[in-house]
Amino acid sequence: MATTKQFEPNMVLSNQEYDVVGTRPIRPDGADKVTGRALYGADFDTAGLLHGKMLRSPHAHARIRSIDTSKAEALPGVQAVVTHKDFPQDEGAGGVQWSRDNMLASGKALYKGHAIAAVAASSPHVAEEAVGLIEVDYEVLPSTTTVLDAMRDDAPILHDSLVTDELGEKTGKVSNIAQHFQHVKGDLAKGFEAAEVVVEREFHTKTVHQGYIEPQNATALWNNDGRLHIWTSTQGSFGVRDNCAKMLGLPVSQIRVVPMEIGGGFGGKIDVYLEPVAALLSRETGTPVKLVMSRADVFEGTGPTPGSYAKVKMGATRDGKIVAAHAYLAMEAGAFPGSPVSAGAMCVLASYDIDNVLIDGYDVVVNKPKTAAYRAPGAPNAAFASEQVVDELARELGMDPIELRLKNAAKEGTVRADGPSFPRIGCVEVLEAMREHPHYSAPIEGPNRGRGVAIGFWFNIGMRSACNITVNSDGTINLTEGSTDIGGSRASIAMQAAEVLTIPAEDVRPTVVDTDSVGYTMLTGGSRTTFATGWAAYEAAQDVRRKMIERVAGIWGIEPDSVELEHGVFLHRPAQVGSAPRQELLTPETRSAFGRYVPPGEEGAFDRPQSEAEPELQMTFKELAGQLGSTGGGVSGTADVNPAGVGGSFAGNIVDVEIDPETGKIQILRFTAFQDAGKAIHPSYVEGQMQGGSVQGIGWAINEEYYMNADGRMDNTSLLDYRMPTSLDIPMIDTVIIEVANPGHPFGVRGVGEANIIPPTPAIANAVHDATGTRFNELPINPGVVTKAILAKK
Amino acid sequence: MPAKTYVQATINGEHVDFLAEPRQSLLECLRDEIGLTGSKEGCNDGNCGACTVVFDGRIVTACLVLGVEAEGKEVTTIEGIAEGSTLHPIQQAFLENAALQCGICTPGFIVASKALLDQNPDPTEHEIRFWLANNLCRCTGYDKIIRAVQDAAVKMQEA
Repeated sequence: MATTKQFEPNMVLSNQEYDVVGTRPIRPDGADKVTGRALYGADFDTAGLLHGKMLRSPHAHARIRSIDTSKAEALPGVQAVVTHKDFPQDEGAGGVQWSRDNMLASGKALYKGHAIAAVAASSPHVAEEAVGLIEVDYEVLPSTTTVLDAMRDDAPILHDSLVTDELGEKTGKVSNIAQHFQHVKGDLAKGFEAAEVVVEREFHTKTVHQGYIEPQNATALWNNDGRLHIWTSTQGSFGVRDNCAKMLGLPVSQIRVVPMEIGGGFGGKIDVYLEPVAALLSRETGTPVKLVMSRADVFEGTGPTPGSYAKVKMGATRDGKIVAAHAYLAMEAGAFPGSPVSAGAMCVLASYDIDNVLIDGYDVVVNKPKTAAYRAPGAPNAAFASEQVVDELARELGMDPIELRLKNAAKEGTVRADGPSFPRIGCVEVLEAMREHPHYSAPIEGPNRGRGVAIGFWFNIGMRSACNITVNSDGTINLTEGSTDIGGSRASIAMQAAEVLTIPAEDVRPTVVDTDSVGYTMLTGGSRTTFATGWAAYEAAQDVRRKMIERVAGIWGIEPDSVELEHGVFLHRPAQVGSAPRQELLTPETRSAFGRYVPPGEEGAFDRPQSEAEPELQMTFKELAGQLGSTGGGVSGTADVNPAGVGGSFAGNIVDVEIDPETGKIQILRFTAFQDAGKAIHPSYVEGQMQGGSVQGIGWAINEEYYMNADGRMDNTSLLDYRMPTSLDIPMIDTVIIEVANPGHPFGVRGVGEANIIPPTPAIANAVHDATGTRFNELPINPGVVTKAILAKK
Repeated sequence: MPAKTYVQATINGEHVDFLAEPRQSLLECLRDEIGLTGSKEGCNDGNCGACTVVFDGRIVTACLVLGVEAEGKEVTTIEGIAEGSTLHPIQQAFLENAALQCGICTPGFIVASKALLDQNPDPTEHEIRFWLANNLCRCTGYDKIIRAVQDAAVKMQEA
């Protein structure tokens, strides 16, 4: 498919053309965001607003003997101070005690930055002064901050109540290892017996942060009628509602969450940090209270993604068939169980069809903030290991690394070690596009330069979404939905409704509304929003379409099933032939005639001997919209969906690097990102996801890390010292969107938010190996690490 | 409570006066005292660029300027970039090139880009990248931002 295409910097290898889907309209929230008018969480203001600040633990691990808040409370301007004691002290629903403990520590501070107390005061500065007056008596305990240390038998224990779950059985052993699980396929020992070439390597990655530019924030008003209102930047307003209900012991109906515009999330704004605490402060003061994190709070108090250890062993026959693979993955959960190792284990070997596989996963608590999702959580850590081992295998076999991947690529019917059998997927198509792309055949000129490739898989998720549509009298529609728009999803959702109603994208006015105003909608995450909320918009638009057709049929005095809506016009299209039921007419031969209007007599037209269309029966969508009030009332549509049919996404990179032999600096010379979108609803924002994920991956590969000192504290809590890529660090990121339609979605959407961050770290490591001959098995591959390797070789 | 200082400045071409605590940054004064929330706080230490404003002809991060320092100065924020109801060509180029995703860094990028094109109407890609290196964007990977500035430069020269 790719061979005949002319590749340009950004291109779409399309599978099907539509009227609206696949075009690039200006996003509906754009004007507000380029003029500064869009209101983000921290911009929220209301009468009587108080400002809050948190006291955070200076120690990585410490018992809290006592907290004295009296001096803080006495400071003029201070209205309330809360600690863990202000939460309900009941058992609560499953896991809620650990959730409350992460909001405000109870018995122990489990990481540097762990919140201890919170103040509400007349200004942020007064609140900050008051925080400094809170006296905490700590008994400092030894800490453990890396996964392999924390797994040792003599490691300091975080939770006396945590016993290891070993392959589904509670062992009774108190340990930092929360869980060990396995996925098994085939017979690993037999597989390795058949292997003629075996490669085994170990890998380490450091903690990195999502790095969204907008710090967490929340404003709460616990109103006099007992209802709690929360304004916040979140990836999921209903998740905030659920979490606050659980932690505060309220029914969900007592809480309204208003999602403000959100300044990036990447998974880091799924969990709550401030909302329940702002609620406690508001309950104490009777006024609205706003909490906003500092950048250091964000690094030390919100979920980063785990540091990890991985060991991957693969065996292949001489002809390049991978016959056995073992992946051992251990990931840091942070202070409470729940690292993304389970997702990493689902993805680590999923790109390949291998008969004999064993995957071991370990979830380990350490004295760092509780990890949160970060774009394909767990998968980049895993692919950094597995995709370098595949590269090594290719070298040992003397095979082209893309050919080796193609020879072993997963396809429809391939069974993953964790159980599922793949539906139609685009792994082969991504690899073929990479192989055919001119970047792959371009010469690499000059010393200290190299090229690397890698691919990655993310499964994507579906789950519940809802959408409401009302028709305006001018023929436009208002669309309300509950998915926070982090990267243009208002546009991609609205376009799917426009396609169904055959109206321009600009005629859809989408709004993200609060939890009182739309049906339950899961988070913006898991690459699900354009897939699932887009599907809800599709269904709600179908509902509107049906009702509009019924209305126009009533006006014309004909049967609704003889009306079609095409290009914004309702047409009379008799479908009956004698008394034959309609479905019998829908043979493959006749289906195209129903799906698309073809004038009688032309090729493809369906023979309608008994009932000719009456051409005078035509009405535009706008005309009918204007008559709704006088023909029976308004039309609205609604849908709640919970779609199965999720289609996973594959991504791949080709990257060229140059190493400065003096400084060890890695320069990214050229970067091409490939991804199977299924269908790119708005290609510009699909490219944006690919480019953004790629550059986050570049930062992860060559710069970003939490520098942890010997006391278990992070030493680089500013954006100067936690060095994310700037515009000067990188080239243009060329994109190739591959469209292998997901049969489980009306337009073939797969979801594109995440898979793109998986291949960059191994692709860059493979490129650096190509340039230097040195295999780097630790992230980040920063100038110091590279220089050390260069010096060691001399 | 520290005594407040009376400050008069020209903000987006209008005379503005406000009361500032000595410890309040210009960013806090813009957002909390004057109600201009378009400038964003991402780091409060000058490293992210989300609060970039023009301060007497120079671009600065408003979090590193004290509010009282604005006395007698001219300040342009994101709210002062559009001409009435007409978007500035840079704003239009950001929309047409899909140069924003979450949009939190966008005000800073637009203010900084305008300052660049005002003094260098035809910058190279490298010059754009160098100029914007103090503005962090975590969503876009910068590609579409650079293209938007290039696009705006062409359109502004044609106009």
